[in-house]
Amino acid sequence: MSSPFEPETEAEIADIVRAAAEAGTALAIMGGATRSGFGNRVAAQQPLTTRNLSGITSYNPAEMTMSAKAGTPMAEIEAALLENRQMLAFEPIDHRGIMGTSGEPTIGGVFAANVSGPRRLTAGAARDHLLGIRFVNGMGEVIRSGGRVMKNVTGLDLVKLLCGSHGTLGILTEVTFKVLPLPPASATVVVFGFDDAQAAGAMAHALALPVEVSGAAHLTESVRYRFIGSSHPEGAATVLRLEGLAASVSVRAEKLRSAFSAVAPVALLDRKATETLWRDIRDVKPYADGTQKPLWRVSVTPTMGHQLVAALRLAAGVDAFYDWQGGLVWLRMEADAEGDMLRRYIKGLGGGHATLIRASDAVRAATPAFEPEAPGIASLSARIKEKLDPKGIFNPGKMG
Amino acid sequence: MPETIAFQEPKRSVLARRDAIVEDLADLLPPGCLISEKRGLVPFETDAFIAYRQVPLAVALPETTAQVAAVLKYCSRYGIPVVPRGAGTSLSGGAIPQADAVVIGLSKMSRILDIDLANRAAIVQAGVTNINISEAVSANGFFYAPDPSSQLACTIGGNIGMNSGGAHCLKYGVTTNNLLGVKLVLFDGTVIDLGGKALDAAGYDLLGLVCGSEGQLGIVTEATVRLIARPEGARPVLFGFPSSEEAGACVAEVIGSGIIPVAIEFMDKPAIAICEAFAQAGYPMDVEALLIVEVEGSEAEMEAMLASIIEIAGRHGVSTIRESQSATEAALIWKGRKSAFGATGRIADYICMDGTVPLSQLSHVLKRTGEIVAGYGLRVANVFHAGDGNMHPLILYNINDPEDAARAEAAGNDILRLCVDAGGCLTGEHGVGIEKRDLMLHQFSQIDLNQQMAVRAAFDPHWIMNPSKVFPLEGRPAA
Repeated sequence: MSSPFEPETEAEIADIVRAAAEAGTALAIMGGATRSGFGNRVAAQQPLTTRNLSGITSYNPAEMTMSAKAGTPMAEIEAALLENRQMLAFEPIDHRGIMGTSGEPTIGGVFAANVSGPRRLTAGAARDHLLGIRFVNGMGEVIRSGGRVMKNVTGLDLVKLLCGSHGTLGILTEVTFKVLPLPPASATVVVFGFDDAQAAGAMAHALALPVEVSGAAHLTESVRYRFIGSSHPEGAATVLRLEGLAASVSVRAEKLRSAFSAVAPVALLDRKATETLWRDIRDVKPYADGTQKPLWRVSVTPTMGHQLVAALRLAAGVDAFYDWQGGLVWLRMEADAEGDMLRRYIKGLGGGHATLIRASDAVRAATPAFEPEAPGIASLSARIKEKLDPKGIFNPGKMG
Repeated sequence: MPETIAFQEPKRSVLARRDAIVEDLADLLPPGCLISEKRGLVPFETDAFIAYRQVPLAVALPETTAQVAAVLKYCSRYGIPVVPRGAGTSLSGGAIPQADAVVIGLSKMSRILDIDLANRAAIVQAGVTNINISEAVSANGFFYAPDPSSQLACTIGGNIGMNSGGAHCLKYGVTTNNLLGVKLVLFDGTVIDLGGKALDAAGYDLLGLVCGSEGQLGIVTEATVRLIARPEGARPVLFGFPSSEEAGACVAEVIGSGIIPVAIEFMDKPAIAICEAFAQAGYPMDVEALLIVEVEGSEAEMEAMLASIIEIAGRHGVSTIRESQSATEAALIWKGRKSAFGATGRIADYICMDGTVPLSQLSHVLKRTGEIVAGYGLRVANVFHAGDGNMHPLILYNINDPEDAARAEAAGNDILRLCVDAGGCLTGEHGVGIEKRDLMLHQFSQIDLNQQMAVRAAFDPHWIMNPSKVFPLEGRPAA
């Protein structure tokens, strides 16, 4: 690896890219590199980091929008928001624990990887909160898309296209995003002892009630004590989060508790315990284990999650827990990655996708990190890539 | 009819083959699914942007995705432009055809295919109306959130084409935030499925790209949409103010205080008079500006939110506060607001602007809007989604007076430039269509537009999909 380019301005990035395109030099694009293990191995010798492109460029709390350069550390963004009792509603994951990385995650990295946490279930993903971007395309041109207003349908939505493209279509230089008020109160209703299938039914029931659940996860028995201590009833824990005005949260918590108290032991966690619990769920705490055991992030139809895990348990050593009402399965394999089997089972259950988040180098080399796309979609994606990065110099190979 | 906005020059080669094309299309479609007689074509000549009209070459009304694919494949083989159409309620001319185009209308594809309450999703055909989705799940306590004012008529396919919004988007987001998947027919008849009932999909966010692409990337034939549990209660409250500026400042302070009501709608005095005459909703007539603020949730939650909002309104000189006392009253309040465009149409012809501005600019832009329209000797009524800064000045004019029409169009263009200059955008929810196409360079650079057009070409290399829309005719890549 060459020493990285560390440009400090958008214009510098554009110059670097133009020169790289001319020379045919492939670039490995990164922010703070806390998620650099994502995706397939990048066939590029020349790293480029945006971490010196840093700083909040505009923040108007009353308009609920913020703009920041791509390399701005998340810690800086979150501190500024907290000062104004605001937040990123999509609850981005801090991947350092499970990836075993250090350094500073950046806001550009969050959007480039479309990183979203538990509240994604009801508040939307990172992509739903990104209002506008500036980026440098593979020709070294600076492109603007979207804006800084909440509603905007002017032109093609390149904002969504770039969000989650893992640096393969353009280098984000500045992002403008929606922020929301911090809920003044929160609580978690915990239902103990459900198996995975019962939990799926319970979470679906909770989300059908008019109580505005803002997080629904099922912590299987094997991981539950990493989240909730033994002073509570035993067994798996199905957790349902409520947020909002204090008076309203307590009324809704009572409703939710009474919906389950006849069939299972129920506990109520206060605000402090709620904040810790959901941060731990967000950051996949049980699998931040310092190992290289293959870790999958599986996204399926919510009621299919437990069926997938049940089938896998018969065939391989797996450990799993669920977020997003059961639709997000965090799956740690004890030995082999079992990618083919996993993806076959997902297809058999009606579809979804599996992303290999972490594994040893040998396993990663043998397993496509992202779900292979259907042929019609794959060729369309290739044509789009060609329009933004015709020389193929951005993170080649990363997305397959 | 004003003639400021040009359509693409019709292809003579296509016009010359008209009869053969009609014959070929008839072979691809069941009986009763093709319109080619002049009299039958006229209803398709425009949409809700009535200032412009063009009779198409033919109208295909397919009943299945396979038929949509067959028609598209045929049209792309012969380079025939295609204009997709839902219910024809576009306010920006998104569904207005062109002389050499085949309109593909999705009105016959109007079935709800799957309601999956456990996964809070519904799969519907593109021609299903917006309101039908909510009605189908209402007995189970669910609804589909985006609610454009035309929701009785407009289709989900059209909503996806324009990424439509509505009054309740302040809390629940617009179409793109409530869309889980689509079945999409590409220009050459290829059918692909994007997304599904899972919360996200692998690869690039093509679903996000397609939503709001104004029928230029393909034709959506089915959609998987998010259903949401209906709140326990909802209550619209009317707040009357002695001036528009104070109403605007109240909106900014409510949002800034951390309260997000489900909707904040604004009406100025002319709009109040028009809507009240139509709906008799009990709007106060002695105020200069009216906010409809809707809160929802349990009784306790609504009380708490309202108390905070009333306190803020008090600081901005609110002169009337009226809570709806019954479901009937609440329905009337919304009926008045949602029929604003139709009610305006009873007293004059109008064009409806759709710029969005940062909240801090609301008062300034409202004031300047009034000045601009007055400067052209015309009248304006303002009725819009204040909570997210999405303005809808209705410029009143006489469509039969060409000079009046030209003045209205010029005033509209000035207002949209004003919105962009204030840090906003040309269109918040109605789409660019033909209406705002020639203003795109005010918001974007040619390089920005070139990138968008290049991505467009990845889907439609020969520019047959709704080709007169969105991008200025000059500066396009050579076909």
